[in-house]
Amino acid sequence: MTTPSPEHYPQQAKQALSDPILKKALKGLQDRLGSGALAAYRNLPEGEGLRHLAHEIRKAHVRNIDVLLATLGRNIRSHGGNVFFARDAAAATDYVLNLARERGVRGVVKGKSMTSEEIGINAALEKDGISVTETDLGEFIIQLAGEHPSHIIAPAIHKTREDIGRLFEKTIGIPYTDDPPALTLAARKYLRTRFLEADMGITGCNLACAQTGQIALVSNEGNIRLSTTLPRIHVAIMGMERICATLDEQLLLLRLLCRGASAQKMGGYVSFIAGPRKDGFRDGPEEFHLIVLDNDRSRILADPVFREVLCCIRCGGCLNVCPVYARIGGHTYGYAYSGPIGAVITPLLTGIERSKHLYCGETLCGACKDICPVGIDLPRMLLALRNIHAEGSRRWNIRPNHLLESLAYGIWAQLMTRPKLYNAAIRLGHELSPLIQRLHLPGWTPQRAIPSLAKRRFTQSPMSQTSTGENRHGS
Amino acid sequence: MSRIVSVFVPCLMDAPHPETARSVVTVLRRIGVSVNIPKEQSCCGQPAYNNGYRREAARVARRFLKTFASARAIVCPSGSCVHMIRHEYPVLFANDAQWLRLAEEIGKRTFELTEFLVDVLQVTDVGACYPAKATYHDSCHLARGLGIRSQPRELLSNVRGLQWVEMKDSDRCCGFGGAFSIKYPEISTALCDDKIENIRNTGADTVIGCDMGCLMHIAARLATTGSPIHVRHIADILAHTGNAP
Repeated sequence: MTTPSPEHYPQQAKQALSDPILKKALKGLQDRLGSGALAAYRNLPEGEGLRHLAHEIRKAHVRNIDVLLATLGRNIRSHGGNVFFARDAAAATDYVLNLARERGVRGVVKGKSMTSEEIGINAALEKDGISVTETDLGEFIIQLAGEHPSHIIAPAIHKTREDIGRLFEKTIGIPYTDDPPALTLAARKYLRTRFLEADMGITGCNLACAQTGQIALVSNEGNIRLSTTLPRIHVAIMGMERICATLDEQLLLLRLLCRGASAQKMGGYVSFIAGPRKDGFRDGPEEFHLIVLDNDRSRILADPVFREVLCCIRCGGCLNVCPVYARIGGHTYGYAYSGPIGAVITPLLTGIERSKHLYCGETLCGACKDICPVGIDLPRMLLALRNIHAEGSRRWNIRPNHLLESLAYGIWAQLMTRPKLYNAAIRLGHELSPLIQRLHLPGWTPQRAIPSLAKRRFTQSPMSQTSTGENRHGS
Repeated sequence: MSRIVSVFVPCLMDAPHPETARSVVTVLRRIGVSVNIPKEQSCCGQPAYNNGYRREAARVARRFLKTFASARAIVCPSGSCVHMIRHEYPVLFANDAQWLRLAEEIGKRTFELTEFLVDVLQVTDVGACYPAKATYHDSCHLARGLGIRSQPRELLSNVRGLQWVEMKDSDRCCGFGGAFSIKYPEISTALCDDKIENIRNTGADTVIGCDMGCLMHIAARLATTGSPIHVRHIADILAHTGNAP
């Protein structure tokens, strides 16, 4: 399988659209989680309005990000942990690689982390001869299949249990079965050995807290707890925006995160990790390293329009309601982040021109804004990205270079501001209607019939100009 | 509230569906509203705005604002255009204080048709009769953008002869999305087919909506599949008083 990329969105979309299994799986996921999340918000003891509060809280976090990260770093270090601020993906992977080499690491177990997907840590470690095992069941399946996650929280949603049965038969050598409990048990047995052998656990970070100097990790499988306590080294990687000021705010956001992600009041396991094992304690790693990743997030932070997207807590809720995502799946977006949130941050992180299909290929229906637990206005940002694409941006170093399209909109604006010309165009369109109806209009036909035009616009007809009505009921 | 309104006819209605624009006027007049239709009107600017061409959008938007500057109330039979005027003009003119002020004033005086009838005039029965088994499609900008969900339903529930069925996911996008439908026809059509499946599952013979864009898209897709389902703008239902549609 070729690695998907944002440039090939249209082709990847076509491929996904012809996959009936994907369609069924995503429909099931959306029916379950999308409406479930909205119900979960309504059932909040504080009411749905809590999301407005969360929006304000997150905006404050983003506004004060420098101070909060400095405080977090100080507090984690005071707990005996190490903190590394990584400028980009290379700096982050180098840090992990050097650490692994110095400590003689041979096996790594991983908790689910999209940030680690963003920096491509698995490939870097494997190149160095270190074995890496994903321990989230979905991620484990994806890793065995040699693929990438297709959903932020349900990475293997595009696979059937029959697919997984065949995959397990081929890769971990169990007899074929498509019984989910049997498959889960097989994975569990296989993974348990890896947990015990591993020298290093790598996880993401759902939300860190500056005040207390800890990170919180949510899972439903318990694999993260094992990854962070059994190996002698724990490395957590967080996008620099995943920071909260206070413990109260962190808890509030964790509640919303679980509701948005999976319509749960709280995930099955929530770990708060502040540093390595303390003297006299029996559990926990000998070393704890927190990598705070920038990787162009500072650039987003510097832009007043897009800054708001850093409020995202990566619940994946927008994937669970997006009608486009429902039909094209996560791989079509060609990067770690898919769905509406991917359509906004992938271009900002990897190139606005390169990823143009991501923000042009959404309908602006607003379902993502509706479900966001922290009230991010994603449609507004899709529009802003389209504006940069069309008119260029000095800040993002993009020049307008879509001559034909801009010419077309120029002509359109002429028509719309010159009534005589506009009327003549409609008249012409009407006269040519019988011909046009037989034409192939690329992009519209053959999927859809061509609507016809009246001879005259209603607003130009004499009937429209009688200004008063019958006033039957008086006024 | 003013009983004299200026009607802004969406560009997707003005030329392709003048009869529906006429229905809007018929309904307003039937309940005693005087209607004024400025001849100089054209479009709100949304097509260019949604595709990032804000300079062109602003040119067209300024024309709209000039045309309707003196209108006491503006009624528009489209959630999409009203959303553009009310919520996107302030973004479009964010760096232009003079036009921003006018845009904000006009935004407050601009109403979507069903919103105007139900919320402003408090009319929920316009004396319509339309015998059909119908379902209602919530368009995105109307339902989520403006929060208008109950108003069209209230109006439709008072239409004599109209049998009412809700479809599953009535507020899910039909896949039109303006230029999106042309740039990504396969995705757009797939979304439309999902919508059509939900419409079909109700057993309704008519699907009603408040936005010409969605309706045109659904109708164009239905036409290629030879479906007998009728697609109607709510104005055409509300304007109807006879027996047979």
